[in-house]
Amino acid sequence: MDAETLWTLFDLLLIISLAVLALVAVLSGDRRRSIVLFIIFGLLLALVWARLRAPDIALAEVAIGAGLGGALLMATLRRHQQTRDDFRHRPAWLQWSVGLLVMLLGTGMAWSLLLVMDAQPADWRLGAEAFAELDNSGVSNPVTAVLLNFRAWDTLLELAVLLAAILGIKALGKPEPAYVSENAFRDLALWLTPLLVLMAGYILWAGAHAPGGAFQAGALLAAAGIILRLAGKPDGGLPHNETALRLGLALGTAVFLLVALGVILAGNTLLQYPPDQAKWWILLIETAATLSIGMTLTLAFIGGSPTLAKDAA
Amino acid sequence: MIDWASMVLITLGLFFYLSGTLGLLRFPDTYTRLHALTKADNLGLGLLMTGLLLQVNDVFWGIKLVLVWLLMLAASAVNAYLIARFLYRREADADGC
Repeated sequence: MDAETLWTLFDLLLIISLAVLALVAVLSGDRRRSIVLFIIFGLLLALVWARLRAPDIALAEVAIGAGLGGALLMATLRRHQQTRDDFRHRPAWLQWSVGLLVMLLGTGMAWSLLLVMDAQPADWRLGAEAFAELDNSGVSNPVTAVLLNFRAWDTLLELAVLLAAILGIKALGKPEPAYVSENAFRDLALWLTPLLVLMAGYILWAGAHAPGGAFQAGALLAAAGIILRLAGKPDGGLPHNETALRLGLALGTAVFLLVALGVILAGNTLLQYPPDQAKWWILLIETAATLSIGMTLTLAFIGGSPTLAKDAA
Repeated sequence: MIDWASMVLITLGLFFYLSGTLGLLRFPDTYTRLHALTKADNLGLGLLMTGLLLQVNDVFWGIKLVLVWLLMLAASAVNAYLIARFLYRREADADGC
């Protein structure tokens, strides 16, 4: 058996496990088990991205999809166990119609993707155009070049979506009560937190020439926040001062918009940086975005505004 | 020669993962399952990482591998402890102690 056949077998095994995991996660009656299966599903999905030679997406899937997504689901489960609200007692027609809607949405998205792929001439690929302009982008990682330069507009809107999500989190009011931690975990947290901050800085810097970037680095910062909260620090390392908190949360979008505005005032179109300075503008935006993404995701895990916690105590 | 050493170490490591997984599936209760799992984590991972380190030709990559190794060791040790501790407490509560 040659290497090619072995890889094909591996891919087949991966795809089958992914489909089975998805089915079991949805059909499992126990919600905790569903969440654990969802996390494993995310880890395997990251392997699929790695096999498709998309390490940037693989990193994001592991850190955000499996890691933070799993942590958020677990925190939600804890909240519902405390309020004794049980989704399983919702009427069957509601569950079925939600399932049907999601399936329709998925089919529609797959259909439009096929249409787009079909409409392009076979020899025309967006990737080739991105590679052709890579030298003018200020970075050597093509993914970062697309996200922060060629299509920076999309990333700006993504950050704005995150900012809007904060409104929803803040509307939840008071955060969940803090966790009580074992000493062993608190000791681990003492080691892990500074290491995670260091790793976030590294991933942010590496994003210019290797897989990485603001979203992955922000996810690592959020992981540090979640670990701090699990270790018994209720605010997850977020500032207690409401003004400082809001400034940090808005920093990414604000810096992005200011750079966009500055570029327009300098006589270019929106987010068209001068090629010789592009590297520094991208680094500035990504640094601000990393901080805001990390703080937003930590806030989501806390599930409410930490500045309100003191009133409760 | 080095390739062969790597191959032997990694195969041995995979054997420990396989037996750890078997133990996880076959052992009767959580404590014994944890016992099987930590063997796989520690010995299997150690052998795997030693095998991979032999293939590294850049010091920086080697340091990254060692860092991953240490992180996984710390995480798995603390995780196993937390699971066992939780179970022990619950059993003690059930006994009325």
